[in-house]
Amino acid sequence: MNILSAKNIVKKYAAHTALDDVSLDIPAQSIFGLLGPNGAGKTSLIRIINQITGPDSGEVFFENEKLSPKHVEQIGYLPEERGLYKKMEVGEQALYLAQLKGMKKSEAKKKLKYWFEKFEIDAWWNKKVEELSKGMQQKVQFIVTVMHEPKLLILDEPFSGFDPINANLIKNEILDLKKKGSTILFSTHNMGSVEELCDNIALINRSKKIVDGSVKDIRKQNKSNVIEIEFTGNMMGFTNSLWTFGKLGEHSMEGEICKAQIELTPGSSSNQLLSSVLPVVEIHSFKEVVPSMNDIFIKKVSEGNAIGTQSNFTE
Amino acid sequence: MNKILLIIKREYLSRVKKKSFILMTILGPILMVGIMIVPIWLSTQKTEKQKIEVIDESFLFTGLIPEKDIVHFDYPPITIQQARAGFFDTDYDAILWIPKNVLNGGQKGINLLYKEQLSNSAQQHIQYSISKMLYEVMLAKNNVNVNLIKDAKDKSTFTMITTQIDELGDEKKTNTGLYMGIGLVAAIMIYIFIFMYGVQVMRGVMEEKTSRIVEVILSSVKPFQLMMGKIVGVALVGLTQFLLWVILSTTLYSVAVATIFKDIDIKQIQAKEEVIKIGENLDFENMGKIEEPNEMTKLWNDFKGVDMPYITLCFLFYFLAGYLMYSAMFAAIGAAVDSEADTNQFMLPITIPLIFSFGIAQTVMQDPNGSLAVWFSMIPLTSPVVMMVRLPFDCVSGTELAMSMASLVLGFLFTTWLAARIYRTGILMYGKKVSWKELAKWLFYKG
Repeated sequence: MNILSAKNIVKKYAAHTALDDVSLDIPAQSIFGLLGPNGAGKTSLIRIINQITGPDSGEVFFENEKLSPKHVEQIGYLPEERGLYKKMEVGEQALYLAQLKGMKKSEAKKKLKYWFEKFEIDAWWNKKVEELSKGMQQKVQFIVTVMHEPKLLILDEPFSGFDPINANLIKNEILDLKKKGSTILFSTHNMGSVEELCDNIALINRSKKIVDGSVKDIRKQNKSNVIEIEFTGNMMGFTNSLWTFGKLGEHSMEGEICKAQIELTPGSSSNQLLSSVLPVVEIHSFKEVVPSMNDIFIKKVSEGNAIGTQSNFTE
Repeated sequence: MNKILLIIKREYLSRVKKKSFILMTILGPILMVGIMIVPIWLSTQKTEKQKIEVIDESFLFTGLIPEKDIVHFDYPPITIQQARAGFFDTDYDAILWIPKNVLNGGQKGINLLYKEQLSNSAQQHIQYSISKMLYEVMLAKNNVNVNLIKDAKDKSTFTMITTQIDELGDEKKTNTGLYMGIGLVAAIMIYIFIFMYGVQVMRGVMEEKTSRIVEVILSSVKPFQLMMGKIVGVALVGLTQFLLWVILSTTLYSVAVATIFKDIDIKQIQAKEEVIKIGENLDFENMGKIEEPNEMTKLWNDFKGVDMPYITLCFLFYFLAGYLMYSAMFAAIGAAVDSEADTNQFMLPITIPLIFSFGIAQTVMQDPNGSLAVWFSMIPLTSPVVMMVRLPFDCVSGTELAMSMASLVLGFLFTTWLAARIYRTGILMYGKKVSWKELAKWLFYKG
């Protein structure tokens, strides 16, 4: 089941189109990565899902119901630009934000106590936010995002501003929340975290969605049919043994060990390649080169931009 | 609805708990009462009796200058040279030297020589007494009957009573000066209130925008709720402050009066009041130089004639509605800009009607039923100030008042609608230098 479906969202600001017919399906209890370069329209989409702004056309459904103000209690939002009332005390502020999300005061107090202890910041309850370090403020902000146990958690660049230790803490919390049944939508530039965490992604560029699907599928679709082989033996013999199964690409030698990338010719399988080189050299490793999300991201975005530039040019 | 209450509560409490609010609330009444009490207190301070050595070369005044509780006169038979030479060996505070030819234009040579400046009232007393005596002597010298002149003067001096008669033939005494005063005070208070708290709303909006918390809050509530919550919360802060000021001032004033003036014979003051009641329309010249308490009592009596509950109710209405209308615009400005420095270009056009209404207040007072006064008490942007100036004159009909109030409410609804549209776009717009044209565009963006 999808916890959230956006259908044909269009959002325009004066002369600029922020979102052009974007549709998304976010399966429940998964981690969904919303990717795209700066200015692609991610924040506009996130704001629409948060009902901060409305779309010009298109609809959003939350658990198959049309998105309405009652759903704000089911959604937690951590914006990219973090911010709290600087002059307000931490505890008081967290309680206020919890109540705005529809929690009862007593219930919120209990939940907050749990989280403050968990993040080891309970001593800061009566401090003003401006007295806290940046990392502390981020922790507080993360807590106020998750304390009402939202079904859908929207995190915009959740790891920015955290040191590696705290980033790891947050990462584990995200995985834990998913385990407990939450769905997480997060927008990021950090491709490492996408590969590590996301089940599904959507890539937005120039107001349009250009790729979406599960991370596994996308990587499979974009696999390059390149095999990387590490071996010791004669390089010439190796090249000759490739026959028609593959073409030698990049290769290098480090001491005894040769490293070569072979692009499979269409119709050939990696097994055929392996059996043909096996008698000639001693194989140390044999693996398919799978493009990283980072490569796919850059490739797709630059493709899109090239098309965009071209069409602009012909206009 | 519940959420807007939460917002109001936060806006209210976070301001009321501030040190600056508490300080203002306490200092305000102290300052106000101080301004009222100190002059009265100073005037009642018994200054040490000052001894004056009179060297009267004309012998017209010897032994005749009236004594007063603050001045005492001695008339030693010495010359001015002797007096001056021995001045610092005596305990006299001053030498009053009256030259011989005082009746022949020498009065300009009357000289008061002192060691230390005499009190103002003592000096006035001397000047007044001598002048009066000279006047009477001059008249007597020319065989003019002093009493005749006095009588004529008494019978020709008066203060005109102004009385308003209504349809039922009931009379009502009026006091234009007092009405001007009441109107002006109310107008000033509305003006200050709108400014002070309007700017607070603007700052609050800017704080939310620049600290970026606004995005978190808007994921829970509608922009309009946040804006109205802030406006109402700040209005309550203003009302609280106003109420506390009134209560504290009155308490402080009565306590101060009771402690500082406890030595003064209350009966004396009451007796004076009685005299006024009996002889209210008689001249005040004869009652001596110090007329102030009498004037004050008269003012008080007139003040009691003003329909204060009515004025207060109207005041509260214009106070609140005017504030609500202006603060919505202040909120829109706060949302549109990124920093305080950028607010100026938008502040000016908003404050012009306020300043303008204050500018015409003088004209309105002169002619509270003139077309200028009537029109500007109908236009929402100027009505809070202008109407408050007109109201004490009791010249505003019920229909007029209702129309003015209705148009103010409509004005408030309209500006709030306008402001909300600018607000919801501006609050999420960063790093953009906005212009009036840009603001106009925002009005037509779809939510």
